[in-house]
Amino acid sequence: MNIETLFNYLKSDLSTSLPAFSPELTICATILALLFARLFNVDRRGSLISPAGITLTGIGVAFVLSVVQLGKFTDSGSDQGSGMFTGLLLFDGFTAFFRVFLLVSIILIVWLTQLSGIPDREDGPDFFILLLGSTLGMMLMASANHMLMLFLAIEMTSVPSYVMVGFLKGRKTASEAALKYVVYGGGAAGVMLYGISLLAGLLGTAHLPEMAAQLAKIANDPALMSGPTLTTLAIAVVMILVGIAFKLSLFPFHFWCPDAFEGASAEVAGFLSVASKAGAFALLVRFCLAMVGEFTEIHATPAAMKQFNLQIGVVLGFVAAITATFGNLAAYSQTNMKRLLAYSTIAHAGYMLMAVSAMMIFLSLGDSNGAKRAIEGLLYYLMVYLVMNLGAFGIVALIRNEIFSEQIADYAQLAKSSPMLAVGMLICLFSLVGIPPTGGFVGKFMIFAAMFDAAEYQPIMYAVFVVGVLNTVFSLFYYLNVLRVMWIVPADESARTAEVPLASRSGAFVAVLSIAVIVTGTIFVAPVQQIAEQVTRLVSS
Amino acid sequence: MNDPIILLSAIIFAPAVGALILSVFNKEAEEGMRVFALITTVVTFVLTLMLWNIFDYQDPQMQLQVSVPWIKAWNINYQLGVDGISLPLVLLTSLISLLAMVASWSITKQVKGYLILFLLLETGMLGVFLALDFFLFYVFWEVMLLPMYFLIGIWGGPRKEYAAIKFFLYTLFGGVLMFIALLMFYFGSAGGEVGSTFDILRLQKIGQGLIPGVEFDGMTQMIAFWLLFVGFAIKVPTIPFHTWLPDAHVEAPTPISMILAGVLLKMGGYGILRIAFPICPQGAQAAAYVLVLIGAASIIYGAFAAMAQTDFKRLVAYSSVSHMGYVILGIAVWKVSDGSTVGSDYWNMGMNGAMFQMIGHGISSAGMFFMVGVIYDRVHHRDLNKFGGLMGLMPLYSGLAVGIFFAGLGLPGLCGFWGEAFTVLSAWNYSPILAIIAAAGVILTAGYILWTIQRVYLGPEYKGPHPEAITPINMREFSVALTLLIFAIAFGIYPESVFGMMRESTTLLVTNLSNTVNSGLEFAGNIIQ
Repeated sequence: MNIETLFNYLKSDLSTSLPAFSPELTICATILALLFARLFNVDRRGSLISPAGITLTGIGVAFVLSVVQLGKFTDSGSDQGSGMFTGLLLFDGFTAFFRVFLLVSIILIVWLTQLSGIPDREDGPDFFILLLGSTLGMMLMASANHMLMLFLAIEMTSVPSYVMVGFLKGRKTASEAALKYVVYGGGAAGVMLYGISLLAGLLGTAHLPEMAAQLAKIANDPALMSGPTLTTLAIAVVMILVGIAFKLSLFPFHFWCPDAFEGASAEVAGFLSVASKAGAFALLVRFCLAMVGEFTEIHATPAAMKQFNLQIGVVLGFVAAITATFGNLAAYSQTNMKRLLAYSTIAHAGYMLMAVSAMMIFLSLGDSNGAKRAIEGLLYYLMVYLVMNLGAFGIVALIRNEIFSEQIADYAQLAKSSPMLAVGMLICLFSLVGIPPTGGFVGKFMIFAAMFDAAEYQPIMYAVFVVGVLNTVFSLFYYLNVLRVMWIVPADESARTAEVPLASRSGAFVAVLSIAVIVTGTIFVAPVQQIAEQVTRLVSS
Repeated sequence: MNDPIILLSAIIFAPAVGALILSVFNKEAEEGMRVFALITTVVTFVLTLMLWNIFDYQDPQMQLQVSVPWIKAWNINYQLGVDGISLPLVLLTSLISLLAMVASWSITKQVKGYLILFLLLETGMLGVFLALDFFLFYVFWEVMLLPMYFLIGIWGGPRKEYAAIKFFLYTLFGGVLMFIALLMFYFGSAGGEVGSTFDILRLQKIGQGLIPGVEFDGMTQMIAFWLLFVGFAIKVPTIPFHTWLPDAHVEAPTPISMILAGVLLKMGGYGILRIAFPICPQGAQAAAYVLVLIGAASIIYGAFAAMAQTDFKRLVAYSSVSHMGYVILGIAVWKVSDGSTVGSDYWNMGMNGAMFQMIGHGISSAGMFFMVGVIYDRVHHRDLNKFGGLMGLMPLYSGLAVGIFFAGLGLPGLCGFWGEAFTVLSAWNYSPILAIIAAAGVILTAGYILWTIQRVYLGPEYKGPHPEAITPINMREFSVALTLLIFAIAFGIYPESVFGMMRESTTLLVTNLSNTVNSGLEFAGNIIQ
C-alpha cells in the first residue's frame, strides 16, 4: 500500500464517515460554542444568548440529524450497518436509535435544569459542557466497534460524570460522592483495561467483528483450547464485564451508586440513572454480540464456543436476579428519596440485564428470533425507563426547590398542597413497580416473557425468572411507602409545603412525562414496540 | 349503539371518562361532583341494561364478540365479549357501583379524589368481566389495585394503612402467579395456524384438547391450574389466603366495603370459572377433591370465625369468607369414576348454584355492609355487645336490615337460599361427608346471624355510646337498602331470573369439561402411581 492508495482510502472513508458522524460533530461544535460564548462574555446575565439556549440549539440540530439518519435505516429496511473511521465505529440502526434516545434524554435533562435552576446562569456553561461531553461519550459507547473505542467511550462518559456529581461545590456530601465515584470508577476502568489487553492479546485483534472469528478458530483447535487459554479467556471476559457492570451498577459493583446519587443533585442523578445506563447497555449488547459473532454463522460455531456463550448468559442471568433482589431489599430502609431511587436504579438494571442474559442464551443456541425479542424488550424497557425514571427524579428536584428537602418524611401530605406533583410521582412509581396500565408493565412483560422463553432451553433460568417476577412484589412496598407519605400520612403543622400548580412550566414537564408513561402502557404500546422491533431487526440483519 | 364494540367499550370506559371529566371540577363543588359521579354510574348501569336487552338467553356461546389488534407483534387483542357467566356479574357490578355511589354521600373528606378513584375502580371491574384476552384481563385485574389501595388507605378506619398495604401485597402476589400462568399459556399455545395467543377462548379449546397439534400437557395444566387457583383464591378469598379480607373490609369506608364484598370477591370466582377450569381441565380434575375440601373448610371456618367476632363489620367480613366457600364448593364438585364424569347434571347444578351464590352474595353482603355503615355513621362504634333495641329506635332501618340479614342467612324465599341449597345438594353427589360438613355451615350461619340480630336489633334498649345520635334513616339510605332488599326478595322467589341468564353457558361449560375427563384421569392416575 503506497501513500496514494492510503490517502484515497482515507478520503473515501472520511467522506462516508463524516456525514454519519454529524450528530457527534454537532455536539462538539456546541461545546466549542459554549466555551467561546463564555470567553467573549456574551452569555452573561442580561444578554440574549444563554448557555442553555446554545445547548438546546445544539442538541436540537443534532437531534434532527440523528432522527433523519434513523429514518433512513428504518425506511430502507434491510440496510446493513457500515463501519466508520476505518471500522473503529459502527454505524447501524442500533447506533442511530441510541443517538436519538440519548439526545431525547438530555433534552429532558436540560429542560429540567431550566425549571429547577441548577445550574444557575453563571455556572451554566461548565455544567452543559460536562453534560454534552458525557453524552458524546455515551453516543460513542453505542457505536463502538473496537475495544479501544469501547474503553475510550467509557472514560469519556465517566470523567465528566465524576465532575457533575461534585458540581454542587459548597456541599461536603457532593465532594465526598464525587471522590467515591472517581475512586471506584478508576479502579473499574483499570480492571477493564487489563481485561481488554488480555483479550486483545489472546485473539490478536481488538476489532469486535473479528473477535468472534478468532475465537472460533481457537475453539476449533483442541491444542489451543487448553487450560491456560481458557483461563485467560474467562478472566479477560469477566474483567471486561466487571467494567461494564460498574457502569450499570450491578451487584456487587454498585457501591458507588447510592452515595453518588445522594450527593449529586437530582438532575445529575437522573442523568446518570437514565442516559449513562442506556449507553452502558448498548455497549454490553455490542460486546455480547461480538462474542457470539454474526448470527448467520451460528451453525458453524464450534460447540465449545456455544457452551462459553451459554455460560455468559447464565452468569448474567444470576447476576441480574441477585442485583434486582438486592436493590429492592436494600431500598426498604432508605429515608432519602434520592438514595431510594438509587437502589431502585440498581434493581432496574437487574431487570434489564435479564433481557441481555436471555439474548445470550438464545444466541448460543442459534435462536435469532428469540434473541430479537429479548433485545426488543430491552429497548422498550429503556424507552419507558427514560420517561418514568426521569419523571421521578424531576419531581424530586421540583419538590426540593419548594421544601428544601429530599427526605421522604418531609413529603407528607404533598398530595394536598401540590396534587400535580403527587399524581405525577404516583404514575412514575407505579410504572417502576410495573403495574398496568403504565409503560413499566409492558416493558417488564416483554423482558420476563423473553426470560421465560429462554428458560425452556436452559431450565435453570426458571429460577431467575421466578426471582424476577417475585421482585415485583418485593419492590411494591418501598415505592408505595413514598406514596403513602405523600397521600396518607398527616403533615406537621410547621412543615413547608410545596405548591406547584398544573398550569406552570414545571407542571408541563411533569404532565408530559406522566402522560408518556401512561400512553406507552396503553394506546401507544404498538408504535413504541414497533420502533424497538425495527431497530432490533436492523441490528441482527 | 348496537355495534358491540361501541357498546362494550362504552360500558368499560364510561366511568373512566367520567373520572377524567371530574378531574377538571373545582375542588369546592362537592355536591356537583357527587351528582356528576352518580350520573356516570347511572349511565353505566343503563348501558349494561342495554347489553342485557340485546343478550340472547338461548345462545350458550360467547356473544357480541369484538376483537381489535392492540399489540400485533405479541398477538394481543382488545378482545371483549359476554356470555351467560359474565353478564350477570356485569349487571351486578354496575348495580352495586350505582348503589355504592349513592352510599358515598357519607364521604366528606377529599371528595374529588374519592370519586375519581371510585370511577377508575369501576372501569377496572367491568373490564375484568368483559375481557376475553388474557393479557387484557390481567391489565384490568391489576388496574384495580391502585384505586383500591388509596380508597382504603385514605378514607379508611384507624388501621387503614396496614389494611391497604396488606390488600395490595396479597393481590399483587396473586397477580404475579397469574402472570406466570399467562406466560405458560402464551408460549405453550405456539403452533397451529394462529401461533401463540392470549385469546381466552382459543386457550380454552387448546386446554380441552380440541385443537389438533397444540395441547397443554398434564404437567403444564397441573402447574398452571395451581398458579391460577392460588391467584384467584386470594381474591375470593378461601382459607388459607383470606387473612387480608377481614382487615380490608373492616377498615374500608362503607361504600368501598360494599364494592369489595359485592363485586371484587366475585372476580376470583369468575376467574376460576372463566380461566382456571376451562383452560386447565386436567389440572382442575386432579385438584377437585382438594378444592371441595377448601370450599367446605372455608364455609365452616368462616362461620365459626364470624361467630367469635364482637366487631359488627368484622362479623360480616367473615361471613363473606364462609359464603364464598359455597362458590368454590359448587364449582369443584366434578366427580369422575371409571374414566367418565359421573352425574354431570349434579355438577352443572353445582356450577349454577355457585354462580347464583355469587350474585346472591353480591346483593346480600353489599346490603349487610351498608346496614353496618348506616348505624356506624350514627353511633361511631361497631361493638356488637353495645347495641340492642334498635328496632324500637329505628324501626324502618331495622326492618330492612333484618330482611337483608335473613337473605345472607339463606332463608328460603330470599337470594341467599338457592346458592347454598344447590351447591350443597350437588356436593352430596360428590362426597356425602363433605356435603354434610358444608350443610352444617348453614346451621352455623343461621346461628351467628340470628345471634347478631338479637344483639343489635332486638332487646329492650340501646346501651352503647351516642344514644342521642340515633335518628331514623334518611331517604338516600332508605333507597339503597330498599333496592337491595327488593333484589334479594326477587331473586329469592324467582331464581329463574338469574338461572335463565346463565344456564345455557354453564351447561356448555360442564359438557365441554366433562368431555376432557378421560385424558385428565389418566394423568391423575400417573401422578398417583
